[in-house]
Amino acid sequence: MRELTYGQGIKEGMRIKMLENPDVFIFGEDVGLFGGCFGVTAGLFEEFGEKRVRDTPISEGAIIGAAVGAAAVGLRPIPELMFVDFATVGMDQLVNQAAKMRYMFGGKLKLPMVVRLPSGGGVAAAAQHSQSLEAWFTHVPGLKVVYPSNAQDAIGLMLSAIDDDNPVIYLENKTLYAVASQVEDEVKPIPLGKANIKREGSDVTIITYGKQVYDSLKAAEMLEKDGIDVEVVDLRSLYPLDTEAIFESVKKTHKVVIVSEEAKRGSYAGEVAAIIADECFYECDAPIKRVCALNTPIPFSGNLEAYVLPNADDVVQAVKSLF
Amino acid sequence: MKISNETIIEMYEKMVKIRKFENRALNLFAEGQFGGFVHLYIGEEAVATGVCESLREDDFITSTHRGHGHIIAKGGDLKYMMAELYGKDTGYCKGKGGSMHIADATKGILGANGIVGAGHNIATGAALGIQYKGTDQVCACFFGDASTNQSTFHEGLNLASTWKLPVVFICENNGYGISVSQARHQNITDISQRAVSYNIPGITVDGNDVFAVFEAVSEAVARARKGQGPTLIECKTYRWRGHFEGDPTVYRPEGELEQWKKKDPIPRLEKYMLENQVMTQEEMDKLNEKIDALVEEAVDFAQASKFPDVSSAVEDVYTDIIEEGRSR
Ligand SMILES: Cc1ncc(C[n+]2csc(CCOP(=O)(O)OP(=O)(O)O)c2C)c(N)n1
Ligand SMILES: [Mg+2]
Repeated sequence: MRELTYGQGIKEGMRIKMLENPDVFIFGEDVGLFGGCFGVTAGLFEEFGEKRVRDTPISEGAIIGAAVGAAAVGLRPIPELMFVDFATVGMDQLVNQAAKMRYMFGGKLKLPMVVRLPSGGGVAAAAQHSQSLEAWFTHVPGLKVVYPSNAQDAIGLMLSAIDDDNPVIYLENKTLYAVASQVEDEVKPIPLGKANIKREGSDVTIITYGKQVYDSLKAAEMLEKDGIDVEVVDLRSLYPLDTEAIFESVKKTHKVVIVSEEAKRGSYAGEVAAIIADECFYECDAPIKRVCALNTPIPFSGNLEAYVLPNADDVVQAVKSLF
Repeated sequence: MKISNETIIEMYEKMVKIRKFENRALNLFAEGQFGGFVHLYIGEEAVATGVCESLREDDFITSTHRGHGHIIAKGGDLKYMMAELYGKDTGYCKGKGGSMHIADATKGILGANGIVGAGHNIATGAALGIQYKGTDQVCACFFGDASTNQSTFHEGLNLASTWKLPVVFICENNGYGISVSQARHQNITDISQRAVSYNIPGITVDGNDVFAVFEAVSEAVARARKGQGPTLIECKTYRWRGHFEGDPTVYRPEGELEQWKKKDPIPRLEKYMLENQVMTQEEMDKLNEKIDALVEEAVDFAQASKFPDVSSAVEDVYTDIIEEGRSR
């Protein structure tokens, strides 16, 4: 075992595949010389050169679009957008092109590409640099979506995402980049669609991913003192979704809280709740709860931002409301 | 073009105000007084000043992530700006926006913007509104060199030129988009060339020469007011600080910053003013002291203000709906 930060994990996943396959390459704004706005690609420019680690102009449409084109002719590009918020600028290329080409063309094309998108709030970056937009991507048939919570998963999911022949949206939480955790010496690919039980428990299931895994584990500890035994499921992959792991846990605990950082209305958390209601309703003996951000843009001021975003106390409250 | 002493002094005051506000903000940020993304304008003051001096109070501007200078030059109040940097409830945006999103509708400031390239089309739309209502206002659109690689630049210029809208496009060419030099982000050196594709006037001026900026923009504004459509003005300049506070600026070639510091627009204007008896040294010193006091007053105001009440977090999402409070 060794210690790696989340950011280093993301980089290691890319680096392994770049060493293995010359068709894997990276481009995005300031990913080269500068090493990425969050330092994730630091050192790769020096190691692999400008051909494979390219700084692009500020043109999100071109970044995603060029990835689509390059993937269509057989490469495995890893475009990075500096913030998930800027996906809006490249959304046509992602939604109407990347996600649809294979289907529209009757299965004639493969588009192996991994789009890296730093997400989430908590860094006083205000409304246009703090969003959690996973529901937009999971809503679009043709895209796969992953969201690691720690270095080991970051590596394993990256390996699978790069090997996948479909466009994969790889969401990263920007408050986690510097968070270190233990990693196996040789990390194996983590298949897309495999959740991870972070903590076993028998009284209630918390389903979550990304940064909220930490809030949920913290909440679980707090609840333990009140005699509530919490199971925490880290989805890791939002689509494909490990419904089997979810149902199994619900059948055990009969209570569910879903935690995400998204604005609650129209959230991915809502989709998970709906799936459980559809498939597992009679297993639940309490309402399915969502803990999300308030339905507002993310404000700048620290106290407002903290108020809008969900935290461990909110999770505790939601869980307690079920008993 | 004859520029009155009054105008020159006004421009000097604006430039010094921007410089001093920014230098103070820089130190406060370093002290950890506030966080977030702070993009400073030091070195580029002549651009915002020359542009806004050509505008009337009822004209509009759109700004960028690097907006402090634009806002001060268009008449923004240092107190409310500083309070916004602190995230206080007396700030321009009640603490919801921060440095990157300052706006003042009463001064025609349609907002600083965190999305690179968002202003091109918003300014074009403001100009559409002006044309529609038939007034003789204009909108000045500030944007950086690197933003001209967004599709919005081309869409905005095309629409504005086709509909002959009263907008003046001001490209602040400081040679970089974060770490990527202009030579690495586009295959041209003079962005004004791009005007050719839209059949509008395009000119390049020394962005560290406030007179050059003022003259070029005044002419463009006059054309726009007469219904003759948009102009693209490229102002070559340089940012002295990193892209944002905390940027180690590893991408700068050695000596580049020093070269540009020699072209500091403020001493340049001071020299002109002294040589042409626009102001005496003593008068200048007095003005500087006055501005120092204004900046300190702004800091005091910001520090004495309180943080917004958390209940305000759910306000202002809509004009009419206030989201239910902290019910998750
Ligand atoms: C759509 C979008 N893409 C990327 C960014 C990140 N970003 C912020 S400022 C900036 C560089 C802008 O360069 P330029 O337009 O030349 O303005 P300057 O910062 O030099 O004043 C970048 C890439 C952003 N805010 N919005
Ligand atoms: Mg620039």
